[in-house]
Amino acid sequence: MSNASAVASLQPQPGAPDNWRRFFSFSTDHKVIGIQYIVTAFVFFLFGGLLAMVMRGELITPDADLVDRTVYNGLFTMHGTIMLFMWTFPMLNGLANYLVPLQIGARDMAFPRLNAAAFWLVPVFGVILVLSFFVPGGPSQSGWWAYPPVSLQNPTGNLINGQSLWLLAVALSGVSSIMGAVNIVTTIFRMRAPGMGWFKMPAFCWTVLSAQMIQLVGLPALTAGAVMLLLDLTVGTSFFNPELGGDPILYQHFFWFYSHPAVYVIVLPIFGVFSEVFPVYARKPLFGYKVVAISSLIITGLSLIVWVHHMFASGTPGWMRMLFMFTTMAISVPTGIKVFAWVATIWGGKLRLTTGMLFALGGLSTFLFAGITGIMLASAPFDIHVNNTYFVVGHFHYVINGAVVMGFYAAIYHWFPKMTGRMYYEGLGKLHCALTFIGINLIFLPMHPLGLQGMPRRVASYDPEFAFWNVLASLGGFLLGVSTLPFILNMLSSWVQGKAAPDNPWRAIGLEWLVSSPPPHENFEQLPVVVAGPYGYGSDEPLVSNDPNQKPTEELAREHS
Amino acid sequence: MNRRTIGVLIGLAIADLIASLWMGQQAYGWMPPQASAESVLVDNLFSFMTTLGSFIFFGVMGTLLYSILFQRAIKYDISDGPPIEGSIKLEVIWTAIPILLVIWIATVSYQTYDRMSILGPMEPMAMGMATAEAADLDASEPAASEPIQVSARQWAWEFYYPESGVRSTELHLPVNQRAQLVLSSEDVLHGFFVPAFRVKQDVVPGRVIDFEFTPIRAGRYRLRDSEYSGTYFAANQTNVVVESAEAYQDWLKMAAAKSPFPAENVPFEEFNQTDSSAIGLGWQTVKPAPAPLVNFASSEEDAHE
Repeated sequence: MSNASAVASLQPQPGAPDNWRRFFSFSTDHKVIGIQYIVTAFVFFLFGGLLAMVMRGELITPDADLVDRTVYNGLFTMHGTIMLFMWTFPMLNGLANYLVPLQIGARDMAFPRLNAAAFWLVPVFGVILVLSFFVPGGPSQSGWWAYPPVSLQNPTGNLINGQSLWLLAVALSGVSSIMGAVNIVTTIFRMRAPGMGWFKMPAFCWTVLSAQMIQLVGLPALTAGAVMLLLDLTVGTSFFNPELGGDPILYQHFFWFYSHPAVYVIVLPIFGVFSEVFPVYARKPLFGYKVVAISSLIITGLSLIVWVHHMFASGTPGWMRMLFMFTTMAISVPTGIKVFAWVATIWGGKLRLTTGMLFALGGLSTFLFAGITGIMLASAPFDIHVNNTYFVVGHFHYVINGAVVMGFYAAIYHWFPKMTGRMYYEGLGKLHCALTFIGINLIFLPMHPLGLQGMPRRVASYDPEFAFWNVLASLGGFLLGVSTLPFILNMLSSWVQGKAAPDNPWRAIGLEWLVSSPPPHENFEQLPVVVAGPYGYGSDEPLVSNDPNQKPTEELAREHS
Repeated sequence: MNRRTIGVLIGLAIADLIASLWMGQQAYGWMPPQASAESVLVDNLFSFMTTLGSFIFFGVMGTLLYSILFQRAIKYDISDGPPIEGSIKLEVIWTAIPILLVIWIATVSYQTYDRMSILGPMEPMAMGMATAEAADLDASEPAASEPIQVSARQWAWEFYYPESGVRSTELHLPVNQRAQLVLSSEDVLHGFFVPAFRVKQDVVPGRVIDFEFTPIRAGRYRLRDSEYSGTYFAANQTNVVVESAEAYQDWLKMAAAKSPFPAENVPFEEFNQTDSSAIGLGWQTVKPAPAPLVNFASSEEDAHE
């Protein structure tokens, strides 16, 4: 206790006059780091979105006439890279950082300094990525997969080039994510409050745990692959360079061994968000909580044996294609269990359509669509036709921009009162939700017919017969850009002058809702003693047997003496 | 559940089924023309998956929409819903049915892939049951006389017909004969993709890949590079002409009589063209290979389906 309070005295308390400064400091408070992650990630999301809007501007006409082809190729490479490594991963770490200790009844993460170090790497590699726009030859133009030999071509001949900076940034991102994963997994294993057994833990924590275990197993493969590619590029080793006897397909295995599971790293915590949000606003317990929790772990296991489905049209033999087709399809079973469980949670409830709930419902419906096209893509003979076409681009944007980004927004709106102590404006929130939902469908639905018709992805120009659907998609893209404006306005003005939020504005069940908004430093005066499951809606059982806001009696006695 | 509820549920399921079957029929229309035997197989598979997928999509979305429309809390009602924590029966059903569906889809997909046999028969997994059908395509159509050598480079496609010594940037194939291609790349990964044939194969530098399919419909179709290959990737396209066996032989003779000339090549021309209104930032690019010297060249002016 004495050690903890010594740390506490070094931290500015919430509400102190200079409290915005703590967001620019090497703070070790998990809540500060959480918000640092979220805000940094959102800034990069806007940047990555801007790149996408320039791309949609190019694609509104069939010819390569807005930007040079090299520029277009740099744009889609950096769009993918920034959206994954600078937006989704940091954003997830932000949510996990903020919520996991609160939800499991811990005062902070297991390794607070490691936590801060992992965060401060994010702006470092973010700046490296942005600076790569200004080196001779421009940023990497080999796509976010960086498949050799294209990624090894280096037309500038310089050692410092867009591709080498890109690889450096990706390797650093890997290091940062592994640091984060070690921290989160340890926290969940070691720091749960008294009474919080595994099956009293909120589903969000289950999904974060499942996701971060993938990071621990998979990320070393990507990081090793990136380092080997960097060696090929800079000192001329021959891991992947076919001219020197290397194997470019080997790189694809390294890359997808991690980068497919990475999709589950991203989407699992969103499943967690859905599992938290639906019960609150439907006023019903999460349907089949234990099965939903366990299905996350099954997804973790299966996600590690499906990567070759990205290589069905690559240099892979037929038997390998068939084997991975079966494993890929199997993963739809635990995912389907979750979808049906959410629908059953909502069914027969007393729905309150707040902005958070609307975003979660929108995310669920886009995810359902993406799941169905996902099973189609798992089928190798069909995938051979649409592999590397816009059908795939449409499919994964329905996951990433549909389910994941809408899930992020659901989480932000749901926990905004807790994080800031202020309420947001529902009207603006609903406007934001409507624009986002329409924008997503308008840009990504047309990509499916385009892909079926045979328009390859990553093209700066295309045959005129594809123009109609591309115009629609571009309009959707611009709408999606506009949709962020009400969000930014809402968040900024609410944070500054919104109505003060009560501790539990949604009447939600969960340890985070038992403490003040925003929670005090170190979260709980007394560690909560958990006596009930996480979703006791409709039954009047108390969640804890003590009051976490109450100072422990011996401490009170000490203060009085 | 009373009789009426069961009746309503069965009615809804039938409506869902009819809508899904209709979607499955629509699915054929979303595809390019069926110009190969493989395209018929792939389109049947896609229609089947669209039907199943639509059934699930409409079913789940319908349930959700009903909740959103009719199960909202009325104003000032702060009570909770019924505390239902789960149902073993339901959970078993929605685990078992997806498992069966997935096995069904995977089996149909396996059979489709086996019948396509675009890389030749699958040896390590050729386990009797489906291989009997694999013969369908090979036996009924005679193989074209010679494997055509396809070479991909940054950024051109070149086709070499070894028996007649013809080089061309337009791929000519006789209809209803098994086309045999030998794919190789001179620099980076490329992808051989003809949407009308529904076939695709990455072309890997340092490897030689045998690839086969059967064109069944005369016409001119588009061949696109499908694996990102650098700056002029998008322009690395050409045409495929499927024609009768006689027309094919005439074309070979006509092309063999011509002396080689530089083919039309968009990337090379664009690279050497200095006046462009597009915003460039002066980033260097890999230089395109010079236009290939061929006996016959594809033209971007030609209309394709």
